[in-house]
Amino acid sequence: RPWSSSPASPPPMHRRLLLILTQRFSDFEVLLRWKSRMKRRKLLRKNHLFFLKCSILFACLLCVLRFVGHSEWFRADHKGKFNWDFLNHKDTPLEEVDMSYTIINYTGLSNLGTKAQRSLRTLSVRGCSEVDDWFLARLHVFQDSLEELDISHCPQITPGGLAALRNLKGLRRLDVSSLPRISTPGLVIILLEEMLPQCEVIASGYDHSLKPEEVEEERSQG
Amino acid sequence: MLTWRSMRATVRTLRVLLTFRQVAPDHRWRCGLVPFPRSLSTGTPLRNDFFKDLEAKLAAARRKVADAAPGSAWSPLEINPNLPPERTDIVIVGGGVVGWSVAYWLKKKEGIRGGLKVVVVEKDTTYSQASSVLSAGGIRQQFSLPENIRLSLASADFLRNINEHLGVPNEDVVDLHFNHAGYMFLASHKGAHVLEENYKTQKAAGAQVSLLSPTQLQEKFPWMNTHDVALASYGLENEGWLDPWSLLNAFRRKALSMGVVQCCGEVTGFKFTSNEATTEDGERLELRRIKSVQVRMPRSLEYQPVECAVVVNAAGPFSAKVARMLGVGLGPRDTLAGIPLPVEPRKRFVYVFHCPEGPGLDTPFLIDHSGVYFRREGLGGNYIAGKSPDEGEEPDVADLHVDHQFFQDQIWPELAHRVPAFEKLKVRSAWAGYYDYNTLDQNGIVGAHPLVSNMYFATGFSGHGLQHSPAVGRAVAELILDGGFTTLDLSRLGFRRIAEREPLLESNII
Repeated sequence: RPWSSSPASPPPMHRRLLLILTQRFSDFEVLLRWKSRMKRRKLLRKNHLFFLKCSILFACLLCVLRFVGHSEWFRADHKGKFNWDFLNHKDTPLEEVDMSYTIINYTGLSNLGTKAQRSLRTLSVRGCSEVDDWFLARLHVFQDSLEELDISHCPQITPGGLAALRNLKGLRRLDVSSLPRISTPGLVIILLEEMLPQCEVIASGYDHSLKPEEVEEERSQG
Repeated sequence: MLTWRSMRATVRTLRVLLTFRQVAPDHRWRCGLVPFPRSLSTGTPLRNDFFKDLEAKLAAARRKVADAAPGSAWSPLEINPNLPPERTDIVIVGGGVVGWSVAYWLKKKEGIRGGLKVVVVEKDTTYSQASSVLSAGGIRQQFSLPENIRLSLASADFLRNINEHLGVPNEDVVDLHFNHAGYMFLASHKGAHVLEENYKTQKAAGAQVSLLSPTQLQEKFPWMNTHDVALASYGLENEGWLDPWSLLNAFRRKALSMGVVQCCGEVTGFKFTSNEATTEDGERLELRRIKSVQVRMPRSLEYQPVECAVVVNAAGPFSAKVARMLGVGLGPRDTLAGIPLPVEPRKRFVYVFHCPEGPGLDTPFLIDHSGVYFRREGLGGNYIAGKSPDEGEEPDVADLHVDHQFFQDQIWPELAHRVPAFEKLKVRSAWAGYYDYNTLDQNGIVGAHPLVSNMYFATGFSGHGLQHSPAVGRAVAELILDGGFTTLDLSRLGFRRIAEREPLLESNII
């Protein structure tokens, strides 16, 4: 790990100790593996239950919904209580979903896709840590209806996944601000604008300035 | 007189020097003073530090004692540390992506820690000629055979959760650089009905593909010339291309962390036992069972016989050579033993070119009906193109030399016809790699040989081995450990169709 070329800083002391013990004793390795497996299983279970009909856990959802024809949003208020009225609109198609800062991933999206395929117009997955390129590839189920997409601040999206947005021909507004894994933001934004000509691409939070070495080179040449 | 005296002096000094050499260590050990007053070499220090040498002497003495004591690895016979173990459970011949995938899945299914000993034998650990790393790296579900479609879907599922499967604690996360741009097959009027049939099969097997008419195609991809295109099939999900080296290393790293032993060597022979059996028709069969594999070290004549229970032949283009060592194909012509493994190396070229006005981020992996394919590479206007040559024009497979004339004659005109912007392009570089080409039907061979009961094949994928590797690895591991296929039924891809000479044709081979 000290010889790794990744820019991440070394983990704190207790974690390093745990990792050293894992390498020496197989019991620790089994425990760590079990812990990560339980975490994954919990994530998967929560995603499975996202958007399923009449699930009690619906109330614990952190997402916010708006149905066609209605102008109010159904969300959990500050006490965590959810307005159960949305169950009256079970058969009305969903129009806008705001899932910012949730743990939604590919599996959760499959459930949403079956319900809201033809009607979803706005989707926001801002800041979701589990949204990756495969999630974006799955968005093709909304290709006819989706008009606004917000995928800013998602740490796992790369330019390879942005290529998957090619199918969303109805997209009018795309927010790709502050995606940490894009190393050439200027180029990617231009390519996105070429790929989706009718779409407005919003990309703030990137540092487009030249790096200090490049500025010095210019100075020495010019 | 003077010379005689000086000669005697030199002889005396020489004699003393010789004895000095034998005595010196103990002498210095005891008192640290040089007995001989005049030092005859300029390299030694003027004064010998007793304490500096003492440290080194004590350490050396400690090491000697530790080595001599029982339980140490030292032995007076020099053993080459690169030799594979003498005895193991499973030997996998071939360290490509399929071989390491089989190794990973075997270790994953072993049940108890250390329950299975697996050795992967690879003759070239620099992978300079390996098909896995020279591949264009695409994955698609657009096949005509349902087994291939299901294999690709299962592999895509694996790749989606790759860190869950192949993540190693305290190591970097696996990054495959997967580009989700999809594949697109174009069909002329002649091939449109085949494309539509394939589309139906693909949809039935669960692939996410769509059919596009020429007008829809022109609307979606204005840079394409669609005049002679009748129909196009476009992948929507789980299709694209990845970095094959990352996948190979991910499998390798995880398998090594689970205890698979890697051996750099070449398989030169087998030791097997034979049993004679007679079929109902009165045909005499020689059933062979592998007892040990002879692995020869690189650039040397030294070899190690590795006793094993099962051998997996994942040697790619060279699988037929390995199979021939067991007599597969060397029997009389009309018998089962006379049917060779129909896998041979075929050379394919890949050219990298740059075109500044070319198609953008949404360029799919486009396969024209003429057989020419191209895809985007990176974000800087570079593309990769190639074409499978016609049957009679196969290039020589002796080396991986690239024929640039092939690009000029056969690929560029088609590219320029399909994408007018490609009339102005500049070839940056090119490479060649081998397909493990199945001459019978260009589909993989997965399963045991009927005559050699403990040799399993996982080869002959003819250009789509990389994209099927996770699923094939799992299938072979199930076959070996569970006795049969449990998740995907690949029995139609077994050796039986080779023996009965009934090809299982795949029409979408690039």
